[in-house]
Amino acid sequence: MNIEQLRSVFRKSLELPADHPVDDLAYREIEKWDSLAHMSLVAAIEDEFDVLLDTDDVIDLSSFSKAREILERLDVAFTG
Amino acid sequence: MSPSPVERVALVTGATRGIGYAVAERLAADGYAVAVHGTDAGRAAEVAGKLAAEHGVPTVGVAGDVADPTAVAAFTRDVFTAFRRLDALVVNAGTHAAAPLGMLADDAVARLFAVNAVGAAHTLQHAGRLLRRGKAPAAVLLASVVGERGAANQVAYAASKAAVAGLARAAAKEWGPAGIRVNAVAPGFIDTDMLGMLGTLGEAGRAATVAATPLGRLGTARDVAGAVAFLVGPDASFITGQILGVDGGVTP
Repeated sequence: MNIEQLRSVFRKSLELPADHPVDDLAYREIEKWDSLAHMSLVAAIEDEFDVLLDTDDVIDLSSFSKAREILERLDVAFTG
Repeated sequence: MSPSPVERVALVTGATRGIGYAVAERLAADGYAVAVHGTDAGRAAEVAGKLAAEHGVPTVGVAGDVADPTAVAAFTRDVFTAFRRLDALVVNAGTHAAAPLGMLADDAVARLFAVNAVGAAHTLQHAGRLLRRGKAPAAVLLASVVGERGAANQVAYAASKAAVAGLARAAAKEWGPAGIRVNAVAPGFIDTDMLGMLGTLGEAGRAATVAATPLGRLGTARDVAGAVAFLVGPDASFITGQILGVDGGVTP
């Protein structure tokens, strides 16, 4: 998996421009990442990487880097 | 010969006997792939195998105590591994105990709520997330006439089942915008193993229960399964947030 895929999921779910930096994004730090968008983001991540997140992970997924960490724990290996 | 594509995938909790088994069997007969949940893994696998053999549909047995969120997460993952999604979720796993107020053991109260109410919440929360991947997704929870109307000697059971109705109503509002329907059925007096209370009442109690039921008989697990199959199916496509009595008219 390319880390760009994860960036793209974040941008699409949070309706950000294609060149918007996402690596430092955190939950509720931008207006668009509210609780509703969070569930859409989780769903989009699950679809993109074909994984199922536990409830604890859904709650813990509070930043881009946390998302990467959770996915890596679910055996998704990133390059880039 | 390649297997025909599965149109619908269902998880039925507490499906190794009673109403849950009847629901799993009905859905398998209707062509659903069925994840059969039970507390005992061996028994769940056995029932899954039986339904696969009898109805020619894919099945899987999954197991775990619904009162334990870790176990619910684990068997949800097993369903995900087997089928990747759910189109129908039937939250049925439950337990029963009856005693008058003042004689209801503390651990019995705790267990009734842990399985019937908390377990239903865990199941809805964890397994419900697989519904998002489903087609025309729907959940049905097993409430009870006792939860809707009350009954002597069943205070904790009634309250735990009232909680289930609350879960269904609230989840229907929350998931409606995502296209997920949530309803409950409230069985009346159904002739299953769990109807031990009629055993304690004896034949006279049974006769009185039948007499109090306008349709003049106890319900069967199949009666409930039919209502559940309707509610998860396309004929109920505009029905959500409802508690459907399956009780022979015993509620006014």
